[in-house]
Amino acid sequence: MAKVPVQFTLNGSEKAEFIDSGTTLLHALRDKIGDTSPKGGCHQGTCGACSVIIDGELRLSCLTLAETCNGAVITTTSGLSEGGVLHPLQHAFLDTFATQCGFCTPGMIMAAKVLLDHKPNPSRDEVVEALSGNICRCTGYEPIIQAVLHAARANSQNAA
Amino acid sequence: MALALHTFATVKEANAALKSRGSRYLGGGTLVVRAANEGDVSVSSLIRSTEPSLSSIAVTDSKVRIGASVTMAAIARHPDLSFLTKAASAVGGPAVRNMATVGGNLFAPAPYGDFAVALLALDATVGTDDGETPIETFLAGRDTNRAIVTSVAFALPKADGFRFLKVSRVKPKGVSVLSIAAVLELAGDGAVSSARIALGCMADRPMRAKAAEKALIGKSLTKDGIAPALAAGNEGTSPITDPIASAWYRNEVLPVHLGRLLLT
Ligand SMILES: Cc1cc2nc3c(=O)[nH]c(=O)nc-3n(C[C@H](O)[C@H](O)[C@H](O)COP(=O)(O)OP(=O)(O)OC[C@H]3O[C@@H](n4cnc5c(N)ncnc54)[C@H](O)[C@@H]3O)c2cc1C
Ligand code: FES
Ligand code: FES
Repeated sequence: MAKVPVQFTLNGSEKAEFIDSGTTLLHALRDKIGDTSPKGGCHQGTCGACSVIIDGELRLSCLTLAETCNGAVITTTSGLSEGGVLHPLQHAFLDTFATQCGFCTPGMIMAAKVLLDHKPNPSRDEVVEALSGNICRCTGYEPIIQAVLHAARANSQNAA
Repeated sequence: MALALHTFATVKEANAALKSRGSRYLGGGTLVVRAANEGDVSVSSLIRSTEPSLSSIAVTDSKVRIGASVTMAAIARHPDLSFLTKAASAVGGPAVRNMATVGGNLFAPAPYGDFAVALLALDATVGTDDGETPIETFLAGRDTNRAIVTSVAFALPKADGFRFLKVSRVKPKGVSVLSIAAVLELAGDGAVSSARIALGCMADRPMRAKAAEKALIGKSLTKDGIAPALAAGNEGTSPITDPIASAWYRNEVLPVHLGRLLLT
């Protein structure tokens, strides 16, 4: 099948690839570009493990065709740390034991990041709502909710 | 998976491309890409149009027009559509709502289609390049529809005239046990002067509860006043059975939830 070009900004750097038409963004990121932070859990939109941020909005990369992302700005969890320093959300996930097997973690962090980008001081209910499309089979969710609330608190202390 | 995507600047060109075999329109892709991921080989090419009117929302004093590519998230945050926030927010989790379109929701089989239930209660018309179709006619014929839906339009309901409720087992997000939308108008004495009630999951697609609507006319929204409407609520239903609930269960709980919606 004819290859089609795709070009977008991934975690601040320009990417250009030739892919099969109809390739999902998840597949393009993991198997073409080599960013394995988004995980393929269900490929049905149900688990949220493949969540990425496209032009500021949370999306499921397993249901997004890579070609529809031409010109987009994409963020994945692998792009969050800076110079080897973890993002406050990543720290908070470690500190509250919000990560066990870790499979859901990159998706959870993406969902949490868009929340905190728009609402730096969310309520517990807002955190639960923001994570409601992401499934975790290990933690029982409470440590994840705490991690997001911790990260929000850490952010506001830094800002003060 | 051999799937090709074709993007067209205009709806007209995309409609022409949809005439070829194995082609399907791509909205947000939450159902159609999922089907492809699951191995549905009946679709070999996906067609989409980037015509700007598909993504616009227009609200005037009396009328609302929503482009078919508008997402649930865009409706939920629109300042002039706050009465629809609950219905739009009822569709999936945050990422799904950033992708799921109005157009796609019209085709979503039960237990999906929560937003289409709201549109049915609002007596919307569904627009294509060939003109406008009443939503009931559209839903009845949707399985053989080949034309791209460009928009939905409806009259702005009176203040507090629109009600919506979705019942699900997993909170805050979760697939519907059922959903109900109603547009009610009350006379000066508080009696119901007009009622349109739409149900989700009570058939394979959104349906009207016509017997309940009729039984509400002239009644007040009190426990006694709504009793005949609740008794008539199940007329004509043939609910789906799925892992969320059986048809029997859906029929059993419908009057309870209809009662809650009418008394709020
Ligand atoms: C995890 C998950 C949870 C979900 N939860 C809910 C829920 O709670 N409630 C709910 O209602 N739905 C739910 N859905 C289903 C779905 O996301 C929505 O119904 C959504 O609105 C479908 O829209 P779409 O744009 O993604 O459709 P697509 O997948 O793009 O299209 C669906 C069908 O409609 C056709 N179509 C789409 N747009 C047009 C158009 N403009 N003209 C002609 N044909 C068109 C397509 O060809 C296809 O056949 C869920 C889905 C997932 C994956
Ligand atoms: S892999 Fe995308 S939602 Fe599960
Ligand atoms: S940590 Fe294992 S799925 Fe969440």
